Amino acid sequence: MIKIKNLHANVEGTEILKGINLTVNRGEVHAIMGPNGSGKSTLANVLAGHSAYEVTEGEIIFDGKNIIEMEPDERAREGLFLAFQYPIEIPGVSNSIFLRTALDEIRKHKGEPELTPKEFLSLLKEKAQILGMDTSLINRALNQGFSGGEKKRNEILQLLMLNPKLAILDETDSGLDIDALRIVSEGVNAYKSKDNAVIVVTHYQRLLDYIVPDFVHVLYKGRIVKSGTKDLALELEERGYDWIIKEQPETV
Amino acid sequence: MKNRIDNQKWYVDNFNLFKSSNKNVFSTLSNKAIEKFKTLEFPTKKDEEWKYININPLLKNNFLPSSLSANSSVNLETIEEYTLDNLDVYRFVFVNGIFNSELSTGLDFGKDIIAGSLSNLLNKNDTRLEKLFDIKNKLQKDNNIFNLLNTAFLHDGFLLYLPKGTIIDKPFHVINISTGNNKLLNQPHNLIHLESNSKAEIIFEYVSEKATEHFTNIVTEISVDENANLNVYKIQNESPNAFHIENSNILQKNSSVVKHFSLSFGALITRNNINAELDGENVENNLYGLYLGNKNQQIDNHTFIEHIKPNSNSNELYKGILDDDAKGIFSGKILVQKEAQKTNAFQSNKSVLLSNKAISDSKPQLEIYADDVKCSHGATVGKLDQEALFYIRSRGVPLELARSMLIRAFIDDVVKEISIEQLREKINHTIFQHLKRVEF
Ligand SMILES: Nc1ncnc2c1ncn2[C@@H]1O[C@H](COP(=O)(O)OP(=O)(O)OP(=O)(O)O)[C@@H](O)[C@H]1O
Ligand SMILES: [Mg+2]
Repeated sequence: MIKIKNLHANVEGTEILKGINLTVNRGEVHAIMGPNGSGKSTLANVLAGHSAYEVTEGEIIFDGKNIIEMEPDERAREGLFLAFQYPIEIPGVSNSIFLRTALDEIRKHKGEPELTPKEFLSLLKEKAQILGMDTSLINRALNQGFSGGEKKRNEILQLLMLNPKLAILDETDSGLDIDALRIVSEGVNAYKSKDNAVIVVTHYQRLLDYIVPDFVHVLYKGRIVKSGTKDLALELEERGYDWIIKEQPETV
Repeated sequence: MKNRIDNQKWYVDNFNLFKSSNKNVFSTLSNKAIEKFKTLEFPTKKDEEWKYININPLLKNNFLPSSLSANSSVNLETIEEYTLDNLDVYRFVFVNGIFNSELSTGLDFGKDIIAGSLSNLLNKNDTRLEKLFDIKNKLQKDNNIFNLLNTAFLHDGFLLYLPKGTIIDKPFHVINISTGNNKLLNQPHNLIHLESNSKAEIIFEYVSEKATEHFTNIVTEISVDENANLNVYKIQNESPNAFHIENSNILQKNSSVVKHFSLSFGALITRNNINAELDGENVENNLYGLYLGNKNQQIDNHTFIEHIKPNSNSNELYKGILDDDAKGIFSGKILVQKEAQKTNAFQSNKSVLLSNKAISDSKPQLEIYADDVKCSHGATVGKLDQEALFYIRSRGVPLELARSMLIRAFIDDVVKEISIEQLREKINHTIFQHLKRVEF
């Protein structure tokens, strides 16, 4: 689904990603863990095409196409989705109209007809119900005044509506209460299929109890320094990152 | 300099032609206005009130007052382009500032209501006019040269008088269309008086049939008595080569409510002056503005709100979107008199620059003589939020559409105050058409 090869990226002249290699196949779930500031969100943003990040080296092959030169909206229409760690508030843009516009664009790209308002509404209701979301949130301005947890739910609502090929979830669990975590995870599991793939960025094992990863990677100082199965996450939960960091050569 | 003097002389010479053909109850007023006009000069950038706008392109031209040119008309189809879908209105059409009854509809009112053409009453020498409008005092404090130019050539405009307790069931749609030769001066003089407990909505729409260079110089006098309620939507969408000036005076009495919208799209140079005198308690005065500029348009909104009595509220929200080399200007003054305790006055001006060359100037002024008041003002200028753009695009929405969404979002707090749905839609459409952007 996605092949990241020797990816280097800068922010304002500072190198943050220092050669990432990662392959995620159809039907797989990969978890990315790692200490604060190691570059997890940077990787997610680079994949989504944020213009503040400059790719200096490497390739991102998504579904057979190199997407490095693609605009963020093109990537999204190709089927890449990022659930943000900090979804921003956009006053004046209605949540449902926004979703409608995005869905229309994506369907147009796939050569599918636009949904009628009725079809759209019933789809929206169905997906909101999975996430136990109050319909009043849907009619409000995009994320405006939403609580932390409501914002995260809204990201997953977008995921379910847009049904991308690859979902990158950046700390979707942070800010969720225990019940919400379960509900949102069930939402992600409802999305998951053998034809798509998920990358979850998280600090905590408890999310991975619900969204079970096939592989777990540790990102440290802009590199993937360790990869393993779901057991690696359990080990990290217990032992922290110190032991991995100590395994690292001093300088590169 | 020479331009200005020649230009002024041109209007005085034309006045003499106008005078000989015009005999009505207001001729004394016209004479007084031209005398005062002669003693003043057109403003320059040295005048504090005109310092951000360059009106030289306007003063370079000698515009022929339309009352001295041949009568012209437009097709009914042209007018019907301006109708609002399924919205029932009383339609009043003015062509080059002169009322056209054939293009107007639904003009039957009871005998106590006066709605229609000012010139009809002028020519009938109807004495009600003198009573309705305080002619004697009208020019005393008026030092605005454009106002005087309009009054000197006073001949027509939209007139509305609602007696006590009159509720008008549908909006007045007053379409002012400029057509015909280049370089016409159209000068509507609108007079609105709502007596106590009456209610009305007026859409003033100023448009041009072709991309001609013309000058629309409007005076609008609004007087709203106790407990009366008035919504005014002024839409200016004239030719990109037009010049547009309006001086509006609003006088409000106890517990009256006014919502006034200045929605500016067209014209090369636009100047809207609004003076609101809140001469009563529990008055609500709301001034909303939306201005869109591209190419080298200049749009200048000046407001002056005077709180005279206690316990009144004024609320101003002006928003601008400026592209290319356009310039937007907002100057808002709030004066709270000593007696006007418990005044709430809120003012906000925000603009978004879509290009690096667009300019926004904002000048708020508060002058407060009462000690127990709540007043605030704020001004911001910015670009479209890059993070918001990224967020929207990351969901598959193309850049231009994402920009349109943010533009639409930016002006939403003005647009949503428009209480006529069809008008909201029309404004929405006009915005994107004017910015040459994808509609959202
Ligand atoms: N736009 C930016 N401008 C400047 N520095 C940035 C920017 N984005 C990221 N960085 C820096 O890059 C480094 C990696 O940040 P990133 O957000 O990717 O970390 P993270 O692994 O997601 O951390 P966390 O677990 O705290 O979310 C940090 O040192 C951060 O300050
Ligand atoms: Mg992060």
